[in-house]
Amino acid sequence: MLEIKNLHASVEGEDQEILKGVNLTINKGEIHAIMGPNGSGKSTLAKVVSGHPEYEITDGEILFEGEDITELDADERAHLGMFLAFQYPIEVPGITNRTLLRESYNTIARENGREELDPIEFDDYLKEKLDVIDMKDEFLERSINTGFSGGEKKKNEVFQMAVLNPKLAFMDETDSGLDIDALKIVSDGINKIAGPENAIVLITHYQRLLNYITPDYVHVMMGGKIVKSAGKELALELEDQGYEQLEKEFSLNGEAQ
Amino acid sequence: MSETQALESMIGEEYKYGFSTDVEYEDFPKGLNEDIIRELSARKEEPEWMLEFRLKAYRAWTEMEEPSWFNATYEKPDFENIQYYSAPKNKPKLDSLDEVDPKIRETYEKLGIPLEEQKALAGVAVDAVFDSVSVFTSFKEKLAEAGVIFCSISEAIKNHPELVKKYMGSVVPARDNFYAALNSAVFSDGSFCYVPKDTICPMELSTYFRINNMNSGQFERTLIIAEDNSHVSYLEGCTAPMYDEHQLHAAVVELVAMDNAEIKYSTIQNWYSGDEEGKGGIYNFVTKRGACRGKNSKISWTQLETGSAVTLKYPSVILQGDNSIGEFYSVAVTNKKQQADTGTKMIHIGKNTKSTIISKGISAGRSNNSYRGEVKINKGADGARNYSVCDSMLIGQECGAHTFPYIESKNPTASVEHEASTSRVGEEQIFYLMQRGISEQDAISMIINGFVKEVLKELPLEFATEANALLDVKLEGSVG
Repeated sequence: MLEIKNLHASVEGEDQEILKGVNLTINKGEIHAIMGPNGSGKSTLAKVVSGHPEYEITDGEILFEGEDITELDADERAHLGMFLAFQYPIEVPGITNRTLLRESYNTIARENGREELDPIEFDDYLKEKLDVIDMKDEFLERSINTGFSGGEKKKNEVFQMAVLNPKLAFMDETDSGLDIDALKIVSDGINKIAGPENAIVLITHYQRLLNYITPDYVHVMMGGKIVKSAGKELALELEDQGYEQLEKEFSLNGEAQ
Repeated sequence: MSETQALESMIGEEYKYGFSTDVEYEDFPKGLNEDIIRELSARKEEPEWMLEFRLKAYRAWTEMEEPSWFNATYEKPDFENIQYYSAPKNKPKLDSLDEVDPKIRETYEKLGIPLEEQKALAGVAVDAVFDSVSVFTSFKEKLAEAGVIFCSISEAIKNHPELVKKYMGSVVPARDNFYAALNSAVFSDGSFCYVPKDTICPMELSTYFRINNMNSGQFERTLIIAEDNSHVSYLEGCTAPMYDEHQLHAAVVELVAMDNAEIKYSTIQNWYSGDEEGKGGIYNFVTKRGACRGKNSKISWTQLETGSAVTLKYPSVILQGDNSIGEFYSVAVTNKKQQADTGTKMIHIGKNTKSTIISKGISAGRSNNSYRGEVKINKGADGARNYSVCDSMLIGQECGAHTFPYIESKNPTASVEHEASTSRVGEEQIFYLMQRGISEQDAISMIINGFVKEVLKELPLEFATEANALLDVKLEGSVG
């Protein structure tokens, strides 16, 4: 579904590379976890894949379902079925969750030649999806993320994902800042959404999320590269030993190059 | 194109109503002195008391200084180079639309407000002011049936002198300020509305103003009186053609609400704001004030200000009656080199009086947008309450937003709450919405609509479409 080849990227107008040759292949039906210390490039990878205008791709390519998407704008990537759950969801005062989601859902449907839902049909559809994340109706009437608690913002990202039903979702630290109850609800929601036709990439600092969601693959990112990939046992290993061991290995490799 | 550029180009939509209509004008000498005022008053066939009112105001004006305390700089108007009276030749006395000068009708059609359509608009009576003279008034019969008087100020002076004498200048005295004095001396025409006791005005009242004469200052005068237990909603919308010379507009609007009466006054203002350098735009120096004289009375000002080169405007409410309510809802959009210094004054005199101020400023280009508000609680205003919110949104790096709130409370039982915020339409907000599949242009509209929603929902339904159309003109454009 997604193929990232030798991806190099930097902040537009700056020389310093943040991604220094990322390679990653994701097939449908898979759940991947990307772990790594702060500043390793995990969030940048998610933003670059989603088409954030702040970043410039200096080398490599991103293929989504075989198509090179590096030149597409963020909205065009969303139309293809790509989704990013934000680490820090943005507030948009005065526009309700319901309005945003209807606009989003119908735009994506239109772009894909599917039928749009009228407000009443859409309302029924939304109510179904509220269960995924255990939210009340009134949640729909609130302005997007405005005055939400940290936990509510993260839940809202998962809710939006449930409504838009993307093929591929990057979830950027959706678990951070959640208490244990909220973590369970969020993980539960993600598990309900995950299926054989979609793929999910979890970006996280902590192994604890992976107690609730079982990834097929775990990748470790350091210095703008994926330095190690393995099965779910890698997460436990990291929890045990920290990143230090890997950092040593990686910097030794770096010197050898 | 970067987001900022995209935003700027959307806001920077060229003025769409920049045309003028070729109608012949009566000759009238330029400049201002007592003879000019006598001549003006004579041409309008005014009674002696009206002329006296004008002359008194003029004498006061000559002793006043042009103000300069606001946050705007501009070339001062040359008062000797203004023609203080203009009226289309052959002022028609009309029985139907067919008798309106075809050129004038064409102008309205270009503006998208053909009288035929206005007439058809359910429940909206239209008193169209073309330059300084009313050329058309409709729905009068229906209003007359309800006992509502709705006519031009000139007609009111002739037909209802006792009402005009009693109320004109009672809210905004002639010596109130420099521009109010000027207006009192030379006002051309405007609207008059009187809603008698126990009457709900059966329709929204609206007036379209249009400046269409080079170098003719426009001095509108509006007076609305709502007697006990009455209700009226008044709509005012403005557009003007492009000109090279600055045009001065100094209107005075007075509202009077008696016991349990309510007046809702809504404005959409889209006058020519000048070119990229601000040259040629309208000066809009307006004095708007309402008096809540009766107990439980209410006055609401709602305004969507998008035009003019320089705007100085502070629609205010004097809360005299106990339990009276004053409201001010405002959206002010500035772009290019526009300068707006606008806000409100709420003067609490009666007990348990309440005021709400919601001001939203949007600045783009190299414009300057200032909110200036004063909340004054007098000694006797026990239990008075005020709530103010002043939010500013900046688009681009070269514009300015300023907030000048003045609060003066002489009563310890009063409560005054003020909130202010400044935000920038950011790349992150746009990216967030685009990631959800929304186009860049729609994302920007969404953010701006969300920002002003709280105010626009206060506009009467009949006006909402126009407000949206205007925001579209101002905010949509060349993206994509």
